[in-house]
Amino acid sequence: MAAEVEIKEENLVYGKNRLIKDNIMHYCPGCSHGTIHKLVAEVIDEMGLEGECIGVSPVGCSVFAYNYIDIDWAEAAHGRACAVATGIKRMYPNKMVFTYQGDGDLAAIGTGETIHACNRGENIVVIYVNNAIYGMTGGQMSPTTLVGMKTATTPYGRDPRLHGYPYKVADMVAHLEGVCYVTRQSVHTPANVRKAKKALRKAFENAMAGKGLSLVEFVATCNSGWKLSPVAANQWLEENMFPSYPLGDIKDI
Amino acid sequence: MAKIKGTVIVDKERCKGCEVCVVSCPCQVLKLSSEVNGKGYHFSYMENPEACTGCASCAIICPDSCITVYRQKMA
Ligand SMILES: Cc1ncc(C[n+]2csc(CCOP(=O)(O)OP(=O)(O)O)c2C)c(N)n1
Ligand code: SF4
Ligand code: SF4
Repeated sequence: MAAEVEIKEENLVYGKNRLIKDNIMHYCPGCSHGTIHKLVAEVIDEMGLEGECIGVSPVGCSVFAYNYIDIDWAEAAHGRACAVATGIKRMYPNKMVFTYQGDGDLAAIGTGETIHACNRGENIVVIYVNNAIYGMTGGQMSPTTLVGMKTATTPYGRDPRLHGYPYKVADMVAHLEGVCYVTRQSVHTPANVRKAKKALRKAFENAMAGKGLSLVEFVATCNSGWKLSPVAANQWLEENMFPSYPLGDIKDI
Repeated sequence: MAKIKGTVIVDKERCKGCEVCVVSCPCQVLKLSSEVNGKGYHFSYMENPEACTGCASCAIICPDSCITVYRQKMA
């Protein structure tokens, strides 16, 4: 019997999903976006929705999501992903339509579009990557930046008297009747990645079953913007982000 | 006695050396190399291959899909 594990198909446990393209992602090393992209690809592949899925990518670091996951995509103007997804879903009601958006895109410039898509109960999935900062443009404060958190535009830390409080989108939209599922997940440990994938799958199933809008928030890192190493950013996430953005289902009907 | 053994293959040119796999491995198998790849990153490799159980924790968390995991029951 061989002392070494044989490299063959029947021994394969896990590999790059076939819907993840060979292109090297432009994300910074260790960025949550990469891991979340993988979950999106795996869920689409496992549900057999490859040819039925249309993603809407945002403006933000994930603007090039369409270069990485091999499905159909549309690119929305900044903040407008939910409006674009609404149009696509209404034209193609049998397709699986989802948006993929950062907190700057979804919770700042796109607040209106997001809330109204939620309130209308569009049968789409909103994948919301909350890293509490504008990653792409160099780490400015976003509506979800934590109180006291230092960013390029809050060098002394976010001061609620001046900048308001962290905007909790998931808690807010959970109150809307059109929304069937709201959950907060993370991908900073393997166990959390596994849980997050189940949540994402449920959201996709809801959309295909016409149950209304599902929002999956990923409490995520932007290690470059936070000026931490990827490993330290994952630690910081746990200690600082979770008290404001606790993980778990907020609504599930 | 049958024993489950694992091994991983890291696509070293794809790896950006984020180290997230290294800290996620429950068996301290992985380490970042002192060498760098074509992009200048210290890539992940099996420093302690005997300890790998093929649990796939490293690969599941890898943001860049660099790690392929194999597992086999050894005689
Ligand atoms: C209309 C418009 N306003 C502002 C910008 C500048 N801009 C580009 S990305 C971005 C925010 C990105 O932050 P986020 O959505 O949190 O995504 P991340 O990069 O952190 O993933 C802003 C303000 C723009 N491109 N277009
Ligand atoms: S700037 Fe932040 S969000 Fe953008 S790729 Fe880098 S770590 Fe990720
Ligand atoms: S498969 Fe598991 S034991 Fe093997 S290197 Fe990866 S995390 Fe470590």
